[in-house]
Amino acid sequence: MYSIEVDKLTKIYGKGETAVKAIVDASLQVRPGELVAILGPSGSGKTTLLTAIGLINEPTHGKVILDGAVVADEGWLPGLDLKRIRREKLGFIFQAHNLIPFLTAIENVMIALEINHLTRTEAKSRATELLASLNLGHRLNNYPSALSGGEAQRVAIARALANRPKVILADEPTAALDTDNGKNVMSLLKKLAVENHSAILVVTHDHRMVEGFDRIFEVRDGVIVQETQRDV
Amino acid sequence: MNLAIRDIRYHRGRFILTSIGLGLLLGVVMSMGGIYRGLFADALAVLNATQADLWVVQQDTNGPFAENSRLPEDIRYRIASVPGVAQASPLSFQTIQIERQGKPFRFYLIGYDLNGFGGPPVITAGRNIRQKHYEMVAAKAMNMELGQKIHLGLHDYTVVGITGKMVSSSGDPAAYVSLADAQDIQFKKDNNAIRNDRARIAAKVNEIQIISPAQAGFLNQNITGITESTHIVNTVVARLAPGANLPDVQDRIQRWNHFRAISNEEQTHILTKGMIEKAKMQLGLFRIILLVISAVIISLIIYTSTIDKIRVIATLKLIGSQNRVIVGMILQQSLLMGVIAYGIGYGLISLTYEKFPRRIVLEPIDMQLLFLIVIVICTIASFVGIRKALKVEPAEALGG
Ligand SMILES: Nc1ncnc2c1ncn2[C@@H]1O[C@H](COP(=O)(O)OP(=O)(O)OP(=O)(O)O)[C@@H](O)[C@H]1O
Ligand SMILES: [Mg+2]
Repeated sequence: MYSIEVDKLTKIYGKGETAVKAIVDASLQVRPGELVAILGPSGSGKTTLLTAIGLINEPTHGKVILDGAVVADEGWLPGLDLKRIRREKLGFIFQAHNLIPFLTAIENVMIALEINHLTRTEAKSRATELLASLNLGHRLNNYPSALSGGEAQRVAIARALANRPKVILADEPTAALDTDNGKNVMSLLKKLAVENHSAILVVTHDHRMVEGFDRIFEVRDGVIVQETQRDV
Repeated sequence: MNLAIRDIRYHRGRFILTSIGLGLLLGVVMSMGGIYRGLFADALAVLNATQADLWVVQQDTNGPFAENSRLPEDIRYRIASVPGVAQASPLSFQTIQIERQGKPFRFYLIGYDLNGFGGPPVITAGRNIRQKHYEMVAAKAMNMELGQKIHLGLHDYTVVGITGKMVSSSGDPAAYVSLADAQDIQFKKDNNAIRNDRARIAAKVNEIQIISPAQAGFLNQNITGITESTHIVNTVVARLAPGANLPDVQDRIQRWNHFRAISNEEQTHILTKGMIEKAKMQLGLFRIILLVISAVIISLIIYTSTIDKIRVIATLKLIGSQNRVIVGMILQQSLLMGVIAYGIGYGLISLTYEKFPRRIVLEPIDMQLLFLIVIVICTIASFVGIRKALKVEPAEALGG
C-alpha cells in the first residue's frame, strides 16, 4: 500500500483568460519509509503539487489518496474534515520555519499535540523527548527569535513529527540554511523516514541536496517530465 | 495551552501600555458615574439629614432650595398647632462667601432652633451647639479646627463641633449656627446703617402734615421696629404625628395658612429632577461617548494584533487547529484587556476618589454594570478580529 497516491492531478488557478494551469495530469506514488523529492525550476508548480496533496489547495481534477483513504476526486470529497486529517495524518515543514513567535520551542511542538487532544502532560513529555532526540534539549525554553536557522528548522521538524504522521510534506526545508545545516536536515529526514515509516515528500530546487533521496520527480511547467530511481 | 496569554506574555510591554490607557479611560467613566451619584447625594444631603415630613415655604415658591422663600418666624406656632403635626421647627439657609487665606471660600450656613430639629445630624468631634449665641458646628470639609473662630456679620463665631459630609445642594460645605445667630448674620445692619435708616424714616414721617408729633413718634417706632426685625426664616419643617394623613395636613396648611407645604417626596423631586437632571444627561452622554471610544480603541487594537498574527493564524490552521482555538485566542485577549483595564481604572478611582473636589459616590451596582458593559464591548470588539482571522487561508502560511 502507498502512503501517497496521486492520479492525474491537475490544478488550474483562476478562470477564463487569466487561468493558470499550474499542474497538469501529475501522477505519483510514495511508499511508507520513502524519501522522495520534487525537483524543478521556480514557477514549475512544485508548491502547488505539494499543497494539493496536503489538503491546503483544492485540486481541480484528479485523485489524491492518503494512507489508503481517498481525499480528493475531482475536488475534495464532500464532508471531509480537512483540518482533522491534516493534524492527524500530515506533517508540514516549510522553507521559513513558520514557528509561532510567541511560543517557546517546546510550546511550538506542544501546540501541535494539544490541538490533537493530547493532555498537557503527555504533550510536554513527548515534545521534550522529540526535541532532545533532535539535539535541542538545551533550547526548550527559547523563543524562535533566539534560535539559529538550523535550530528553528529542527524545531519545525519536531512539530511536523509530533503527531507521528504517515505523511510529511516539506517545501524547500533547506533553502534558508547553509550547506552543512541543509545536509543535517536532509539526513535527519532520511533517518525519520526509515525509523517512523513515514512517507516524506520534499520540494526542492537545491541540487546540492539530491543525494539522499530514494526517488526524484522532475517538474517542468506543471508536468512531471522525469522520474529518477536512485540506488539504495 | 493558552495562546492568548502566551501572546500577551511575549508582547507584554505593548499590552500593558494599552491596558493602562484603556484603564485611564474607564477610570474617567467610573468617576463620571460617581460624580453623578455624588451630585445626587449632595443635593439630598440637607433634606435627608433633616428628616422632615413637610417643608412649609412661601406661597407659590419651590423653596427653600430651588427658590427663595421668606416666612415670618412666628408661623412655626401656627404650623405646630395644625392637627396632625407633631413638631415644627424653623430653619434658615444662606450661602456665604468669605476670604480665607487670600482665596474666596464659599459655605452654606444653616440656622436652626436649638430646641427644634434640623441641626447637625452627627457630631464627629467636639460637641453640639449649647449656647444660644456665637457657637458653630462646621462640616469636615470646612477644614476648621475645634476652637477656631470665624468672623461673620458683626460677630466672631467659635467652632465647637465637627459634623460629617454635610453640603448644600450645590456642594458647598455646610456650617450650623443657632437660628438667632443666622438671622443676625443675614439681616442685622451695623449701627451706622441703622442710624441712617432711622433718620430717613423719621424725615419721611415728619413730612406727613395731618398727624401730630406724638402720632409721628409712634408711627416712627413701629416702622423701624418692622424694618429692623430679623425674625425671618426660609422654611418651617414639620414632622407628622403617627397616623396623620400627609395630603390632609398639606391641604390644611395651604388652604388656611396660605403657605405652600411641600412633602419630603416632592422636595426630593424638586431637588433631583429640576436641579441635577441636566447634569445627569450631560454626564451620561460623556460616559457613552467614552465607552464608544473605548470600544473603538479595543476593536482597533484587536484588529491590528490579528493582522500581525495572520501568519501565525495561517500556520495554526495549516497544522490543523480547530477554529475555536483561534477564535478563543482573539476573544480571550480582548476580554483580558478589558478586565485588566477595568481593574486599573477601578484601582485608580478607588485611590483617588476622596481627593476630588466634589463628592464621588462609587455604587457597587454602577461598578458591576460597567464591568458587564466592558465585557460586552470587548466581546463585540473582538468580532472584527475574529472575522478577519476566520477568512485567513492555511496557504497564507507558505512562502517567504
Ligand atoms: N494562488 C495562485 N493564484 C494564481 N496563480 C498561482 C497561485 N499560486 C501559484 N500560482 C502560479 O502557479 C504556477 C506554479 O506556482 P508554484 O508556486 O507551484 O511554483 P513553484 O514551483 O513552487 O515555484 P518556486 O520554486 O518559486 O516556489 C506559477 O506560475 C504561479 O504564478
Ligand atoms: Mg514553491
